[in-house]
Amino acid sequence: MNDLFDKVKKNLIWKSVFRRDYRDNVRDRALAIFGNVFLHLHPVKVRESAVKLRYTWGMGGITFLAFIILTITGVVLMFYYHPSVDQAYSDMKDLEFQVPYGVITRNLHRWGAHFMVIVVMIHMFRVFMTGSYKAPRQFNWGIGVILLVLTFLLSFTGYLLPWDQLGFWAITVGTNMGAATPLLGYQGPFSEYLHITPYNDIRFALLGGATVGGNALLRSYIWHCIAIPLIATVLMVVHFWRVRKDGGISRPQNH
Amino acid sequence: MNPFIEIITQPDNIAIVIMILMVSFFMVWAFQQALENDKLKTAGYAVEGENDKDVDTYKPLVRIELLISLAVMLFLTVWSIGVDAPLEEIANPTLTPNPAKAPWYFLGLQELLVYFDPWLAGVVLPSLIVVGLIAIPYIDINPKGNGYYTFSERKYSILIFSFGFFILWLLLIVIGVFDRGPGWLWYWPWQEWDAHRVVFEPTKDLSNLVGVESRSLAGFIIGAIVVGAYMIGGMVWPYKYWQKKNPELLQQLGMIRYVTIVFLFITMMSIPIKMILRLIFLIKYVWITPWFNV
Repeated sequence: MNDLFDKVKKNLIWKSVFRRDYRDNVRDRALAIFGNVFLHLHPVKVRESAVKLRYTWGMGGITFLAFIILTITGVVLMFYYHPSVDQAYSDMKDLEFQVPYGVITRNLHRWGAHFMVIVVMIHMFRVFMTGSYKAPRQFNWGIGVILLVLTFLLSFTGYLLPWDQLGFWAITVGTNMGAATPLLGYQGPFSEYLHITPYNDIRFALLGGATVGGNALLRSYIWHCIAIPLIATVLMVVHFWRVRKDGGISRPQNH
Repeated sequence: MNPFIEIITQPDNIAIVIMILMVSFFMVWAFQQALENDKLKTAGYAVEGENDKDVDTYKPLVRIELLISLAVMLFLTVWSIGVDAPLEEIANPTLTPNPAKAPWYFLGLQELLVYFDPWLAGVVLPSLIVVGLIAIPYIDINPKGNGYYTFSERKYSILIFSFGFFILWLLLIVIGVFDRGPGWLWYWPWQEWDAHRVVFEPTKDLSNLVGVESRSLAGFIIGAIVVGAYMIGGMVWPYKYWQKKNPELLQQLGMIRYVTIVFLFITMMSIPIKMILRLIFLIKYVWITPWFNV
């Protein structure tokens, strides 16, 4: 058995990947963190309370996990989906009846999305209740609020993509609100002074038209799959970076 | 099937049931820890986490992250095996469902449409919510309660936030999901929806109470006075009150912070006030202007 281990571990390929053996000492526990591109998001040492579930509830991390799950299932779904009025709905039917594991992939994506919205709200509640937005973490709270809004928008733009009655009318109701924007929406107060019509207002910009149609579907798709995930990723990088730079998980200050 | 069971087991609504359960659980847990810490403080002990030592990330933290990740993925997998995502008929612009509901996390805003015109409910108030949330760290100058659960050290900020979060945000969502049927009329979850039901509610505007036509100049002036008095009175009265009671606090806050806090607070409180006016006194508008109505 040991011979086998030696064969696997003492060759060029294994050593090129793992570099060195792990021994359970201070140096190697630290190396395990900063020698790994994913784990080095963490500091080498953390406070006890960061490890205790009762303090953070793990909600920020779970939100990130949900984002990763949604990215993976979302990429899989993109292989089977055309953002066009003619094909979108039949692609959904194909997912249901033709694509191997199509149903569970879509289910994971949809329930994962609901789940992410729920956990991100609970994360905000936790951060508020522990006063963790206070100095020096004020700026990171603001980033977090924008990430919360982006989570809503990610979910909202995804709603239209199946091109069924539920999504179509939810988006219609939602974007009609845009028409009521003061100054910039054609039904909003004071917009007549800017010569705003249904064909040049903010709703038109959102939908790419005066009604929910092919352009709106394409815009939703691009916002949903590319633009918002990119923006959210950049902000997440800043968010995580600032957690570290602002002193890690918050804790009582009198040290 | 029993309409109550039917509505809470609709695939998309299961998420709301899960939200209610999770939020309630964590609400209790947060306040329980807050009260525990408060007890420790008054007894003169250190609060939870105060004497924390550093521990290695590898493996205690990495291990717990792995376990939680597995648990979450298991949970989502079971949910996805058990419940299929809904797919309705193909989109049909000529067939409007009744009610046409926004996605659930925006139903609180849709619910506000009962009480406010869309420019307020759909644009101004949501923008103020986002701005207000971002402003919290800059207007809350209380240095206490940073990094641990507490209630007694931050009573007012916690009460105000909880009111906004649990009542104006989450409760309105739950109402929008479970209690709104055709015509956006109120249905208890166990009531059958009736698309032909008509509710005759003769609403009036505020100035009608004193016998003045609300769309007249006099009505406009009355509305302007009421709204103006609410905004200006809401600004001035707490200032006077604190000047007497706690002038140091005002000094610390400074004018910009004071105005921001009070503006956000009275805007938030205008929501329950307008709800009461609408539901109990059947008042639709407080102030009608040629450009917008409040």
